[in-house]
Amino acid sequence: MMEVSASSVSLREFGCEQTLLSRPDGSASFVQGDTSVMAGVYGPAEVKVSKEIYDRATLEVLIQPKVGLPGVRERSQEQCVRETCEAALLLSLHPRSSLTLILQVLHDDGSLLGCCLNAACMALMDAGLSMSCLFCGVSCAITADGRIITDPTAAQEKESRALMTFAIDSTERRVIMSSTKGSFSVHELQQCIAVSQKASEKIFHFYRDSVRRRYSKNL
Amino acid sequence: MFSSLKEKVGQVLVPGDEFGFEAEDSISLTESAKPERVVCGPGLRRSGDRLVVSKSGVLRHKPPHCFWIESQQRRYIPAKGETVIGIVTAKSGDVFKVDVGSSEQASLSYLAFEGATKRNRPNVQVGDLVFAQFIIANKDMEPELVCIDGSGRANGMGVFGAGGLLFKVSLGLVRRLLAPHSDIRADLDRLFPCELVVGLNGRVWVRSSSTQQTLIVANLLQSCDTMTAAQRQQLFRKVQQGAL
Repeated sequence: MMEVSASSVSLREFGCEQTLLSRPDGSASFVQGDTSVMAGVYGPAEVKVSKEIYDRATLEVLIQPKVGLPGVRERSQEQCVRETCEAALLLSLHPRSSLTLILQVLHDDGSLLGCCLNAACMALMDAGLSMSCLFCGVSCAITADGRIITDPTAAQEKESRALMTFAIDSTERRVIMSSTKGSFSVHELQQCIAVSQKASEKIFHFYRDSVRRRYSKNL
Repeated sequence: MFSSLKEKVGQVLVPGDEFGFEAEDSISLTESAKPERVVCGPGLRRSGDRLVVSKSGVLRHKPPHCFWIESQQRRYIPAKGETVIGIVTAKSGDVFKVDVGSSEQASLSYLAFEGATKRNRPNVQVGDLVFAQFIIANKDMEPELVCIDGSGRANGMGVFGAGGLLFKVSLGLVRRLLAPHSDIRADLDRLFPCELVVGLNGRVWVRSSSTQQTLIVANLLQSCDTMTAAQRQQLFRKVQQGAL
C-alpha cells in the first residue's frame, strides 16, 4: 500500500438522509457535491419462481436515470452495484427471497457510480439487512498532466484522461469492485487505489456518524 | 470478549465491527478461570473466534450474558415463538394462507384453533385478521402459525372481532411497545382507554370507544418512531388537553 497524505485527498461536501421514504423497507439519499442519488430497498420479499435461487436471496438492482429510460450505461452500472452488494450482503440468510434495490438519479455532476454505491450501502443498512461489512464508492480522475482528482465533478471528468471508480470494504479497506475508463499505467492504478482507500476512511467515518445520529433518539 | 462487549453496550455499531477474543497472557493460578459464555441475538454473528456485527443499531445487553443489536427495520423475518398479526389471504383444503408481511405466506391449520375439531371448523373468512404464534419458522421451510398454546387454549390468540384499525409501524417501535414497563404504553394509558393488539411483525391493531379516538391513537403511535421521549411526552400532553 502506498503512502498517501490525508491532505491530498479532497472530497466534495457529502450528506445523507436515511428512512426518508415511507413505502420501501429501507431508503436513503446520498449527496456528493451536486451529485445526488436516492435509493430504496425492498426485501426480503416474495420472489418470482423463474428468479428463485434455492440457497440464497436474489438481488436485483435498478438504476433510473434523471430523464429518459435506462439504457446500456445504466445496465453496466447496475451490474457493478449488484456485484458489490452481493459481496457485502449475507444473502444465504434469506434463501428463496428477493431483494430489490432501486437507485433514482436525482442529479448527475460527476462520480455518479460512486454516489450510487454510497446510497446503496446506506439504504441496505437502513433496511436492516445482514451484511458482513460496509462498502463505499470512490471515484478518481487522472488529468492530462497526471494529477489524481478524487470525487471529480462532471467538468473534471470530461477533461480527464482516465476515470476510475472503486468499491472499498470497511473491514480491510480492500477493493471489491473497480470500473475504469480511459488509459493509465499500472503505477497510476496503484496510486488511485491508495488514494481511494484513504478517501474511504472519511466516508466510513461519515457513515458511522450518520447512523449514530439516526439512532440518537432511542439510545 | 465479555468485557469488550460490555464496554460497547448502548453504543451505535455498524456492520463489520468486530469483537476479538483476547487470550490473557498470564493465567492466574489462584483465581479459578471461568469459561466465558456469550449468547448472541439478532445482528451479531460468530465468525471463527471473532464476533462480527451484521446490522446497524444499538448494542443491548441483558444480564447475565445476552447481547443483541437493536435496529429499526421494517421488514419482518419470522422467528419461532413470536406472536404476529396476519391477514388470511386464501383458504385451501385444511389450511389457511396467512400474510404476515414476510417473504413467504405462512400456513395456519384449521385445527389450530381453540375448540376446533374436524366437525367443528372455526369461522375464518378470507380477509380476516388473526393473532397467531409461529410454531415453525426457519429460513428453509414454510412458516407455520397456530392460534393455540401448548395446552390447547386460545390464550388471547385467534380471529379478530369487528371494528378497530390495523396499521404498520417499525419493528423497533413494536418491541419498545411490548417491553415490560414500556414508557410509550404508560404515556398512552394516561390518554384514554383503548384496546391494543401488537404483533411482532410491525402490525398494530387499535380499537377505542370512538373512531376519532382510534385514529388519534394510530397517528400518535406512527409518529412515535421519530421522536425523543421528551418530544413524545409533550405531544401526548397536548393531545390530552384537547389539541387534536
